[in-house]
Amino acid sequence: MSNFFEKSDLSRKEAENIISDTLKKCDDGELYLENSKSENVGLDDNKIKNSSYNSDLGFGFRAVSGEVVAYSHSNEISKNSLKQSSENLKSTLKSANGTYNYSIPKSNKKYYESINPIEEKTLNSKIDILNKVNDYLRKKDSNVKQVTANFSGEQKSIEIIRSGGEALTDIRPLIRFNVSVMLEKNGRKETGVYGVGGRQSYDSYLAKDKWKNVCDEAFRIASVNLESKPAPAGEMKVVLGPGWPAILIHEAVGHGLEGDFNRKKTSAFHNLMGQKVASEGVTIIDDGTIDNRRGSLTIDDEGTPTEKTVLIENGILKNFMQDRLNARLMKTRSTGSGRRENFRHIVLPRMRNTMMLSGQQTQDEMIKSVDKGIFAVSFGGGQVDITSGKFVFNCTEAYEIINGKIGSPIKGATLIGDGPSILKEVSMVGNDMMLDPGIGTCGKAGQGVPVGVAQPSILINKMTVGGTKL
Amino acid sequence: MVKDQEYLEKKASYCLDLAKKLGATDAIVNVGSSISETVNFRNKKLDESNRSDNLGVDITTYIGKKKSSISSSNLLKDNLNILIEKCIETTKNTPEDEFNELPEKDLLAKEVKELNLYDDTHIENDDKIKYLSRLETSASSDEKIINTESSFTEDKSNFILANSDGFCKGFKTSSFVASSVAVAKNDKSMERDYEYTLKCHLDDIKSAEELGKAAAEHTIRKLSPKKIGSEKIAIIFDKRIAKGILNTFASAISSSAISRGTSFLKDMIDEKIFSSSINVFDKPDIIKGLGSKSFDSEGVKTETLKLVEQGVLKHYLIDTYNGKKLNLKSNGRSGGTSNLYFDNGKITYKDLLNSNSKCLYITETIGHGSNIITGDYSVGATGFLVENGEFKYPINEITIAGNFKDMFQNITLANDLEFEYSTNSPTMMIEGMVVAGK
Repeated sequence: MSNFFEKSDLSRKEAENIISDTLKKCDDGELYLENSKSENVGLDDNKIKNSSYNSDLGFGFRAVSGEVVAYSHSNEISKNSLKQSSENLKSTLKSANGTYNYSIPKSNKKYYESINPIEEKTLNSKIDILNKVNDYLRKKDSNVKQVTANFSGEQKSIEIIRSGGEALTDIRPLIRFNVSVMLEKNGRKETGVYGVGGRQSYDSYLAKDKWKNVCDEAFRIASVNLESKPAPAGEMKVVLGPGWPAILIHEAVGHGLEGDFNRKKTSAFHNLMGQKVASEGVTIIDDGTIDNRRGSLTIDDEGTPTEKTVLIENGILKNFMQDRLNARLMKTRSTGSGRRENFRHIVLPRMRNTMMLSGQQTQDEMIKSVDKGIFAVSFGGGQVDITSGKFVFNCTEAYEIINGKIGSPIKGATLIGDGPSILKEVSMVGNDMMLDPGIGTCGKAGQGVPVGVAQPSILINKMTVGGTKL
Repeated sequence: MVKDQEYLEKKASYCLDLAKKLGATDAIVNVGSSISETVNFRNKKLDESNRSDNLGVDITTYIGKKKSSISSSNLLKDNLNILIEKCIETTKNTPEDEFNELPEKDLLAKEVKELNLYDDTHIENDDKIKYLSRLETSASSDEKIINTESSFTEDKSNFILANSDGFCKGFKTSSFVASSVAVAKNDKSMERDYEYTLKCHLDDIKSAEELGKAAAEHTIRKLSPKKIGSEKIAIIFDKRIAKGILNTFASAISSSAISRGTSFLKDMIDEKIFSSSINVFDKPDIIKGLGSKSFDSEGVKTETLKLVEQGVLKHYLIDTYNGKKLNLKSNGRSGGTSNLYFDNGKITYKDLLNSNSKCLYITETIGHGSNIITGDYSVGATGFLVENGEFKYPINEITIAGNFKDMFQNITLANDLEFEYSTNSPTMMIEGMVVAGK
C-alpha cells in the first residue's frame, strides 16, 4: 500500500483536518490520492520498439454542494498544495449549506489480488515472448508483412479520505497483451488485431504458449479480410456473434443509462424508466463484481463497493447506473458506478462489465432464418450520440448471409442504429453468452476507463450497414 | 503560476547529468508544467469548477543503439533518482536498434521564434462565470432549447526540451477555450449540437453571445430529421468535418506509417494523389497559430512544407528514427503537424452548394471508420439534404462510405478557409461517395 504522506511535509492528521474543514457545509466530497505505475514494452517492425515506464502520483480534492462540483488536483502532495486546493474549493462553494452523509455502504469482498503485474515478469522474459510472437507469425505465412505486439501493465494504488477521516483503499492491477498482424497478397493489405487482458498477472493469460492463441486469432482475422469484398449498403438483418460484439449493448443502451445524462434529461432514455425498451427475453446487467475482469472494481472511485446492477430485465428498463452525486439528486442510491480515469478527473457514472444474458436460441437458427443480411463477428469500436440515441460500431470481421447460409467475408463497415429502438428489433437471443477478451476502454468526457462487455449471439431485424455496394 | 524557465531548465539538466553519470551515452528530457482553470455552467447555473496543476517529465536514455524511456509526474529528487536508475537498467536490457539516435545537430533549432503564443492575462473565475451567464442566456433564448451546458477554460503551459548534445529550449503557451452545447427538443426528436472558440489570446475569442447563438442555431436546425435511402451522391463536408479528413491524410503520410508499410500512401511521393486543384501546407510560423512552434518534439527546427502541390504528394512527415529507416532527413515533424491546411479552392461556398442539383451536407460524423492501411472510410453521419443550393431538411442515422484513394481525387474546395484551429480546411465537396440509409 502506498503511504502518501511518507515523503510529504503534510501529515495524515493535517490532511484530515483540512478535508473536514473544507467539506463541513458540503453534501459530499473527498480527497482522492493515487499512485500508479505503468509500463509498455512493444515490438514493431522486427524490433523492440519501446520499453517505457511511467510513475504517476497526485491528489484530487472534490467538494460537492447541491448540483455544483468543485475540483482541484495537483501532483504535489504538500501542505501548500492541499491548502491552495482547499481555498479554490471554498471560493467556488461560498454559499454551500449541505449535510455530509457519513454512512456509506461497506463490503469486505475483493475481486482481484493486490499484485504488481509489472514486477511479476522480468523485462527479458517479456522481450523473449515478443520476439517469439514475431518469429511465430512471420514463419506461419509468407504473406505476413508486419507484426506489432505489446505488453502493457499497471498497478494503481488509491486512497480515499472522507470528511471525518474515514479512509478507503484499493490496489488495482491491470494488464493487456496485444498482437496486430498485417498481411499482403497481390498488392492488397489487411490487418487483424487481437488481445487479452484483465486484473491478473501476464502469465495467467500467456503462460504455456497461450500467446500463440492471440497470434492465431489476429492472423485468422487478417486472412479473412484479405478475401473480403465490398460490404453492402442499406438496411438489413444482422446476426451478431457472442462476446466482443456486445459493444453494441455498450453504445446503444449502456451510455444512455448512465445517471448523469438522465438527471440532466439529455439521454434519449430519461423518461423511459419502467417501460419496455427491449424485446421480451432481453436482460442486460452491468456487473463490477466478476473476479479479475477488466471492468471489475472492488470499490468505485468514491469508495462505494461495486455490485451487479440490473439495467433491463426481460425488456423492461429497471435501473440507471449511478455515482453518489447523481444518485442523491435523483433520490436513489449509488450503484458503485462512480469512476474516474485518474486523479486529474472528476467522478462520473460509468459502465463496468456490461452484459446481455443468454436466451434460448442457437446461432445456427439465427443464420438459417436470414434471407439477406450480415453476420458480424468482430468489432473495432463504437460511438454514440446520447441525445439523439444514434450509435455506430465498426465491424472488423463480417460475412454476408444469403438464403440462410454464411457467404463471403465483407470489408470493414460501420453499422448505425437507434439506441432506444434497436433492442426492440432483437428477435432471437442465443444460448451462447460469452465474455469479451478483456481489452476494452471506454471514453467519456475525455476520460478513458477499462471496461468489459459480454453477450450471446443475437439476431437484429433491421440495422443500416454502411458499405459501398448498392 | 506555471513553473518558470529557470526551474524547468534546472530539473532538465539534473536529469541529463544523472543519466550520463549512470552510463547513458545520450539522453533527451522534456520537463513541462501547466495550470488550467475551468468553469462549467449548466442551465444558467454554476455546475463545476476545476483547477488542474500539472507537472511532468519524460526522459529517454540511450546506451549506444539501445534505448528506453520513463515518464513521471513526481519531480522530487528521490523519485527522479529511482526512475533514472530504472531507465538505465531497462536500456541495458533492451535490444539494439540501429536506427536509434538523437537528431543530427545541424538540424536542431537555433532559436525560438517570437510567434506571440502566450498571453499573460488571467481571467478570474468570477469573470468566466459572467461570460458563461451571457453565453447561456443567448443559447437558451429559443424555447425549443431545453438544456444548455457551457464551459470556459484558461490554460497556461511552459516546457523545456533538452538533450545531451546541448540543446535546451522551450517556450510558454496559453489558451482560452469557451464552448457551448445545446439540446433542443420537439415532439419528433431531441438533438444536441455545439460551437466552440479556442485562441492563444483572450481578446481573440468569440463573444459569449455569438457562441451561444451559434450553438442554439446548429441544434435547432437538426430537429425532426429524416432517414434517406441508400444511393451514390455528392457530399459536402462542413469545415469542422473536412479538417478531420485532412488529419487522416496527415496520419497516412507520417514516416512511421510509411516505414512500417501500413499506409495506403506508401511510395506515393511525386504521385498525383489529389485532384490537381489541391494544395496542402503545414506552416509552423503563423503568428498566434494554435499549432505554431519553432521546433518539434525532438528539437528539430520546423519550416513550412508544401505537402501537396497541385495534387502531387511532395513530402512525408518525418522524424529522426523513421527518417533513418527511410534514408531521409527529419523535416521536424516528430509529434505531427503544426498548422496544417488545405489552400483555398476557386469557387464560393454558395457555388459549391449549387454545383449539384442534390447533395448531402454533413455536419457531424461518428465512429472510428478511417482505415489508413487500406484507405477504406465508413462512418455514421448527420447533416442536411441540399437541393438546388438550398437546405431542405435534416438527415440522420445514415452512413457515408468510400475509399480515400478515390475520395482524394474527387475533392473540390470552396474559397472560405479560416484559421480557427490548428488544422483547417475550406468547405469540401467529394463526389461519388455512397450513402447507406433505408
